[in-house]
Amino acid sequence: MADDKDVLRDVWFGRIPTCFTLYQDEITEREAEPFYLLLPRMSYLTLVTDKVKKHFLKVMKAEDIEEMWFDFEGTSLKWHYPIGLLFDLHASNTALPWSITVHFKNFPKCDLLHCPSNSVIEAHFMSSIKEADALKHKSQVINDMQKKDHKQLWMGLQNDKFDQFWAMNRKLMEYPTEEGGFRYIPFRIYLTMSDRPFIQKLFRPISPDGHTHTLGDLLKEVYPVAIPNDDESKRYQVVIHGIEPLLETPLQWLSEHLSHPDNFLHISVIPAPSD
Amino acid sequence: MPVSLLWAVDVYGRVYSLSTRGQQWEQCRDAVLEFKRVTAVQQCCWGIACDHHIYLNVHSSDVPIRYQEETFENQRWNPMDNFSDRLLPSDRWQWSNITGLEHQPLDSFFLPSTNWEWEGDWYIDENFGGEPTEKEGWTYAIDFPATYTKDKKWNSCVRRRRWIRYRRYKATDNWATIPSEGRSGPLPDPFNDISCGGWEISEEPRGRLSLWAVSLQGKVWFREGIHHHSPEGDGWEEVSLPGEVVQISCGPGDLVWAVLWEGQLIVREGITRDCPRGSSWVVVDSPNPEAGAIHVAVGDNVVWAVTKDNKVWYRRGINSYNPRGSGWIGMIGEMVMINVGLNDQVWGISCEDRAVYFRQGVTSNELSGKAWKAVNVPRDGDIRSHSSASSSSLHSAGCFFSGEVRAQSVMRACPSSPPPDPPPVDPDEASLREADAKSPPLALVLSPSLSGGPGDPQWSNVDLEETQTHLAVGPAGVRGDAADTCSLSSVATYTLCQEEPYGADEHPLWAWVSGGGCGVDCHSQLNWFNSATALSSSVQSMSLSISPAQTAAWRKQIFEQLSERSKREMDNFKHYEQAIEQSVWVKKGAMQWWRDWKPHKWVDVRFALEQFSGPEGNQDGILFLYYNFNEEKKYLHAFINEVTILVPVLNDSKHTFAVYTAERTKQRWPIRLAAATELEMHDWLALLSVSCCDSRGIQGPPSKQALWSVTCKGDVFVCEPSPSLEACPYPTPCDQMFWHQVGGHLRLVECNSLGVVWGVGYDHTVWVYTGGYGGGFLQGLASSTDNIYTQTDVKCVYIYENQRWNPVTGYTNRGLPTDRYMWSDATGLQECTKANTKPPSPHWTWVADWAIDYGISGGTDREGWQYAADFPTSYHGHKTLKDFVRRRRWARKCKLTTTGPWQEVPPIPLSDVTIIPCGAQSIVEPIPLWAISNKGDVLCRLGVTLLTPAGTSWLHVGTDQPFKSISIGGANQVWAIARDGSAFYRGSVTAQSPSGDCWYHIPSPVRQKLQQVSVGRTSVYTVDQHGNLWFRQGLTPSCPQGSSWEHISNNVRKVSVGPLDQVWIIADKVQGSHSLSCGTVCHRLGVQPMEPKGQSWDYGIGVRPLTLPLTLTHQPIAHGAFTVICLSPEWFVSVMATVKSLYVHVPRGTVFSIAFLCYS
Repeated sequence: MADDKDVLRDVWFGRIPTCFTLYQDEITEREAEPFYLLLPRMSYLTLVTDKVKKHFLKVMKAEDIEEMWFDFEGTSLKWHYPIGLLFDLHASNTALPWSITVHFKNFPKCDLLHCPSNSVIEAHFMSSIKEADALKHKSQVINDMQKKDHKQLWMGLQNDKFDQFWAMNRKLMEYPTEEGGFRYIPFRIYLTMSDRPFIQKLFRPISPDGHTHTLGDLLKEVYPVAIPNDDESKRYQVVIHGIEPLLETPLQWLSEHLSHPDNFLHISVIPAPSD
Repeated sequence: MPVSLLWAVDVYGRVYSLSTRGQQWEQCRDAVLEFKRVTAVQQCCWGIACDHHIYLNVHSSDVPIRYQEETFENQRWNPMDNFSDRLLPSDRWQWSNITGLEHQPLDSFFLPSTNWEWEGDWYIDENFGGEPTEKEGWTYAIDFPATYTKDKKWNSCVRRRRWIRYRRYKATDNWATIPSEGRSGPLPDPFNDISCGGWEISEEPRGRLSLWAVSLQGKVWFREGIHHHSPEGDGWEEVSLPGEVVQISCGPGDLVWAVLWEGQLIVREGITRDCPRGSSWVVVDSPNPEAGAIHVAVGDNVVWAVTKDNKVWYRRGINSYNPRGSGWIGMIGEMVMINVGLNDQVWGISCEDRAVYFRQGVTSNELSGKAWKAVNVPRDGDIRSHSSASSSSLHSAGCFFSGEVRAQSVMRACPSSPPPDPPPVDPDEASLREADAKSPPLALVLSPSLSGGPGDPQWSNVDLEETQTHLAVGPAGVRGDAADTCSLSSVATYTLCQEEPYGADEHPLWAWVSGGGCGVDCHSQLNWFNSATALSSSVQSMSLSISPAQTAAWRKQIFEQLSERSKREMDNFKHYEQAIEQSVWVKKGAMQWWRDWKPHKWVDVRFALEQFSGPEGNQDGILFLYYNFNEEKKYLHAFINEVTILVPVLNDSKHTFAVYTAERTKQRWPIRLAAATELEMHDWLALLSVSCCDSRGIQGPPSKQALWSVTCKGDVFVCEPSPSLEACPYPTPCDQMFWHQVGGHLRLVECNSLGVVWGVGYDHTVWVYTGGYGGGFLQGLASSTDNIYTQTDVKCVYIYENQRWNPVTGYTNRGLPTDRYMWSDATGLQECTKANTKPPSPHWTWVADWAIDYGISGGTDREGWQYAADFPTSYHGHKTLKDFVRRRRWARKCKLTTTGPWQEVPPIPLSDVTIIPCGAQSIVEPIPLWAISNKGDVLCRLGVTLLTPAGTSWLHVGTDQPFKSISIGGANQVWAIARDGSAFYRGSVTAQSPSGDCWYHIPSPVRQKLQQVSVGRTSVYTVDQHGNLWFRQGLTPSCPQGSSWEHISNNVRKVSVGPLDQVWIIADKVQGSHSLSCGTVCHRLGVQPMEPKGQSWDYGIGVRPLTLPLTLTHQPIAHGAFTVICLSPEWFVSVMATVKSLYVHVPRGTVFSIAFLCYS
């Protein structure tokens, strides 16, 4: 029988095969070969694309290079979303490998944040963890950690060290047994069709009368449209890490097992394929 | 934790029991009478019914209570009639007991009471001291009080034979009446109180109990002769008293207290092994001079009392030397009665609400506990319509009623009557049904008066049963929208019930509780307490361990989708480059290292583990030890992927472990390290263990083909057989086999190749492998979340008190200068006093005080002494003129608590277990498993399959005497050795008849008592008590018993025959071996299908004693192909041969069963 620990591993070692191609209008000295890479779902685009940059720099002049950014079929990809989320949100149900266009010019300032260095990613990542812990434990756990513990979380992610990361992250996933779960579940629901970047509300894992909240309960509360009515066909897919958990999955369990390293449960609601 | 029962009586005299695993009081249905009081021990429960008679309820067990009656038929030879029953006038009776002094014809045997039945008729015993006799069973002698032989000689003038018949106690799980007969006729007055205990006073006779009773006139009676084979006891003996007693309490040990009418307490003194009744009473004053005591309860080391004002008192200063204690301490809470159960846990009935309370936080360090907690579970009569209601309604009702929402919510719920969702049970119908259920008129009359207004405590009961059902239902019942509507229906049902005059007996009023059979302690997980906890624990179980939801659809879905996802997104793209290059990760620490060169000593070192990705993307690492030598910085390193085993080493002062690599095994010099604290050592061990497993790609639970072994210290190791093990012609050398640890502590482990693994602890507790991994110090990621349970083990530490006789003072502790220490270990070489002897390691804690051990072989006198002419000789249990020295053994129990992927198989403790090597091909096919209980009963486990490796129940296989060794081999051949040293073959064991039909007595080799047996595919080997190894000749399918024993070798301690008839032994006194005590592994060479005996021994290497880290002592018992005695290269090569043949010849269904023996 499979164990819950296996879920953590499977989730951590999720990879998306990606094909990076240089944007056609970029000026090159010779033709740029596409670059193939396995991207970790848990990580951030700008953190894992040094190789991509190096690859394309070989065919470009230094003066033509500005900050690197990516798009998929015209949608600029936000580096501060985890890669898995970007893929689920924009590219699920498309053919693999995921085809990403690489740009070195015309940085879309209105869509994307600048990412001059990894320390920006680290700051973003740590602030997400802190926000998540504020929701989960009133920040008690993260504040009790030392600086080096914070560093271990980040280094674990940066170096793709599952054990190193989870040795520390385990503490963030604990909760008093008598309470039966976190104070609030840190989650974000992303919609492709909406102007809002995402939905985030306070939501407890346990209802006031003591029963366990499920993924279905959460959606009913914050985005009821995503739940299919009995008689109609499914209009939306609710995707976490490329899978569609059943709506009766307990939210607390999802939060413990399917959260991203930033401790948020990133849920994509995407239109169901119409075939 | 095995299931055990808490017993209680309510005010109507109904007896209930509450299982430690259950969540409701089960009424004892067969109790025809109402009961006043009950007193429970683990094996039975005694009670006083309203007719003032005493009743006994013996819990049924897979092993029945059987008693063997025997009598002897005597005959004398005369020239006329040959042997006949015409005896001389001076002779004994024709039918007599063994001594001939008592006349015992067959028809003089009667069942002791109606609670017994005969198992069969009388039959002749044809086993004479381990030797089968002639058909008639006669044994011959020259004259009557003489020695008998089984052979008739020319001068045999008399003969006798033994008849045996078994009777069986049949009244199990039934209240059997105990006649109120004293030694001289019926007792004058009826009983008023009863208390059972005293099982710790003596091991002999087995299952001995003390039963104390108080009559209405205040007299105290002691029941004689209660033990395992006589659960009812013999008769009542009056105990003289200083006053009139109202109530009495008897602990598991020698503590007996009683309460006098006047309110003082009396303490029994002089209770010993030889005199369990004690000798005298001592009066102790009531805690409160104004209000005398009305109730007392004692345990192992505690006394609790209740005074007339319902105050609770705890007696301080109680110990085995001072049963009186020193003073009273007033406790919080008002109780009408108190009972002390197992582990000194305290149970009470509150004065206020008559509920049963449990004292929380009672530990051996804090015997008075912390707080009272109400046991709040429904009774089986209370679960009425709801059990038939739908799960969702139950669940939601639970939510409605939990916490503060009580009466209000009911009010709110009432108006919205007809539920839109069709309720599973119509409210009226439900209450009707419920009324039917409440048949006892007593309840009908009384119940209305008990029902209070809304908000009364009975609601708490409602909460509870609902939430508990919720708990059982688990997440399956968690259904969003349906819940609201359904809940209304169930609430409505409730409201109606409340108004029903019959249904209101909600709040149980308890009168008596007895925890003497209830094996809980302060760490036990009980689901008995108030609703809020029950709820949160249910949530907890949902989100953390998911045990009830293991099979939940959502979970399965996630697993399936994740593996689909991996397939979809990764399988075809493996050739893509990874985005993140693996870098090096270093963990550092400070440790001590046992220096490689002389003088060996612990030196401080810096320790670092560097982890990185290997060339093929696999995890790897290097261990570095930095030390200073002659002011120079040096280091030592070991590659993680070369580490073969990490062994925690017991050491009473340091937290040490040893790291072996193949090279270091050859050198016999592991890297020995000591961490500063236990925690640090465990952190390192866990990290290194994970790192080693990662580097070898081992993840998750051991495979079904894994090799299991146990070290001499009880640590459990597994080894994954790699495909290259069978590679030809250059297989992996065995010193490169990698063993990793699994949590748990076992004395013996047996497995088959199908993944069924059983273990037996040092305390004979039986454990079955659950399929998990990790546990113990392997926490977090190295451990599975599920299938890890608490495991405990208990063993004894022994020391010896030695004395020498001198003409002036007799035996004293003043020995000769050449003598051993007066307090020593078994060898006498090491001084071991009571004070300086520590538990084997810091993980073990003492759980009892030093006690004299009367069970030592050779026997003892009444004070436990054994006598001998001089010290290093054999001891006997009585003093003779030639004896100048004596010794006695003291034992102290220590306990280990750990975790591991093991679940207890209660309740019968085992001493040996054997699983058939090959077998079941389908998951539901039964796997034959045989065992011997620690009492010597032969047992056959039913229902063992791949799906249910624990099986379902034991089938007792009757024997005429206790057994000690058993082995099952190919084609269901079961061989066993009895305690008298004779061998038995079990006939007709097949899949259809798993227990076979009868025992065939196989004569032992002449004048030898057999000790151990091992069965392979076709070979049967035994070892006798003198270390001779015997091979059974002439085994054929038509004659599975064989024809004769052939002597193979001497100086053999243990034999193990593999599934391909490979023979391994542990031999003593092998030439060249330094050690006679530790044994040598030898492998039989030249074993061929046509030559099952083989030709010669390949001697392995003996083990030097006292080099602890070098000796991983595993020893095979049954089919074991593996015996790790010493990590020597030679040995590994030999093992390799076995592994290879196993793999080459038996691709499936091979068995590796490995056990071990502890060498001190």
